[in-house]
Amino acid sequence: MIEVKGVEKGFGETPVLKGINAVFEPSKTSLIIGQSGSGKTVFLKTMLGLHLPDKGTISFNGTTTESMSSDEKRQLKQDIGMVFQGSALFDSMTVEENVMFPLKMFTKQSKEVMLERVNFVLNRVNLVNSNQKFPAELSGGMQKRVAIARAIVTKPKYLFCDEPNSGLDPKTAIVIDKLIQEITDEYEITTVINTHDMNSVMEIGEKIIFLKDGLKEWEGSSDDIFKTDNEAVVDFVYSSNLFKNVRKVYLEK
Amino acid sequence: MTYIKSVGAYVIMLKSVFRRPQKAKIFKDAVFREIDDLGVKSVGIVAFISFFIGGVVAIQTALNLEDPIIPKDLIGFATKRSMILEFSSTFIMVILAGKVGSYITSSIGTMRVTEQIDALEVMGINSLNYLVLPKIIATVFFYPFLVLLAMTLGILGGWIAGVVTGLFEQYDYIAGIRMDFKPSLISYSLIKSTVFAFLIATIPSYFGYYLKGGSLEVGRASTKAVVWTIVMIIITNYFLTQMLLS
Repeated sequence: MIEVKGVEKGFGETPVLKGINAVFEPSKTSLIIGQSGSGKTVFLKTMLGLHLPDKGTISFNGTTTESMSSDEKRQLKQDIGMVFQGSALFDSMTVEENVMFPLKMFTKQSKEVMLERVNFVLNRVNLVNSNQKFPAELSGGMQKRVAIARAIVTKPKYLFCDEPNSGLDPKTAIVIDKLIQEITDEYEITTVINTHDMNSVMEIGEKIIFLKDGLKEWEGSSDDIFKTDNEAVVDFVYSSNLFKNVRKVYLEK
Repeated sequence: MTYIKSVGAYVIMLKSVFRRPQKAKIFKDAVFREIDDLGVKSVGIVAFISFFIGGVVAIQTALNLEDPIIPKDLIGFATKRSMILEFSSTFIMVILAGKVGSYITSSIGTMRVTEQIDALEVMGINSLNYLVLPKIIATVFFYPFLVLLAMTLGILGGWIAGVVTGLFEQYDYIAGIRMDFKPSLISYSLIKSTVFAFLIATIPSYFGYYLKGGSLEVGRASTKAVVWTIVMIIITNYFLTQMLLS
């Protein structure tokens, strides 16, 4: 479980996060939504430790990052998997090398054992016969699958995804969403996803946090989002006529 | 103020770079990969330039020594000294600052822009140590060999130029090369090249690692990195010459 209490973060004179409280539970897919510039990515990077919070605390399974020793912090990093917006695969490595990299870095397993695990996770993300390809030879969807495979290869307890659907066609986006949800359930991972994609919100949003101007404006599930009368959420989620009509029909029912 | 900040950030960067590598085998592989990328792949250009510049230095010296009183072996002597003292260490390093420096900045800068560095950090890897230390080891240990190659080929180029053009006798040239031979000058050149190699690995890494922005910034950072590396090589050359030769 991840618990965020009163987290504030600014850059220079500009405050970005203005005291966010949130709880992310295991085996649940939690989504962070909000307009561009609302602080989603900074929030995610702060939880990941890429930014230090100016105020507030972030706890992983009850231990705040501040009170962790260096060894505990190192261990925590190994318990975290991250899927970046642009996949962030290492260009100079093949698919197999990319996925094997965390294992090589943090385990003392033999090459055979590592290869077995790599093939298992690549199968799990439905990516076969691509082991020797380089990231540049893969489509956007395939790159995302490799990124997911790399993120879960060390059996992490926490999975963070920054806009995992960006740049993907709607069909592939849903496949990636479903994959993340399945992996979350299967390995009981605490998954946090930053997204703009309303399909993801409706499909896999077990818990949704809406950020506005660096503050948590609303929290609920994908069912609650239909019923909410929070103007900011309605404006953001139902900005298109299609979604407005879907909501209308849903409420009329 | 910006310059002072940059120097401070550069020093802090070096502090993170010089840490114990997290995994010896991965580090060793990275060092060999960097030796290939930054060193072995530069052998051709270093050999080509050294050979022809050696020839040009010899021809120019010969053409400027028309007075019969001046001994002809001075051509070999001047070529040897020019190649050992300045050309092989400073001139070649300036060329490598352009070739290798831009490669280092653009490769690390692209990793920054595409969040590959963030990915390393999230995994708990000291990205500076992982990315920069192998480059420092590779350049500092390999570039002195490139300098020795440049010296040899430059002197050889001068000799062949004389033979081809007939401007001087090869016996005079060889006598010039053997005249007043001081091994300490080779040491001086190698020490300089080691320091310059360190600058070539670290300054472009700094510009790439702390890059902010997109692909346009990668190009700008590469240009800046090359300019600053060359400026620092020239300034360091001045002080090292003063310290080591005076």
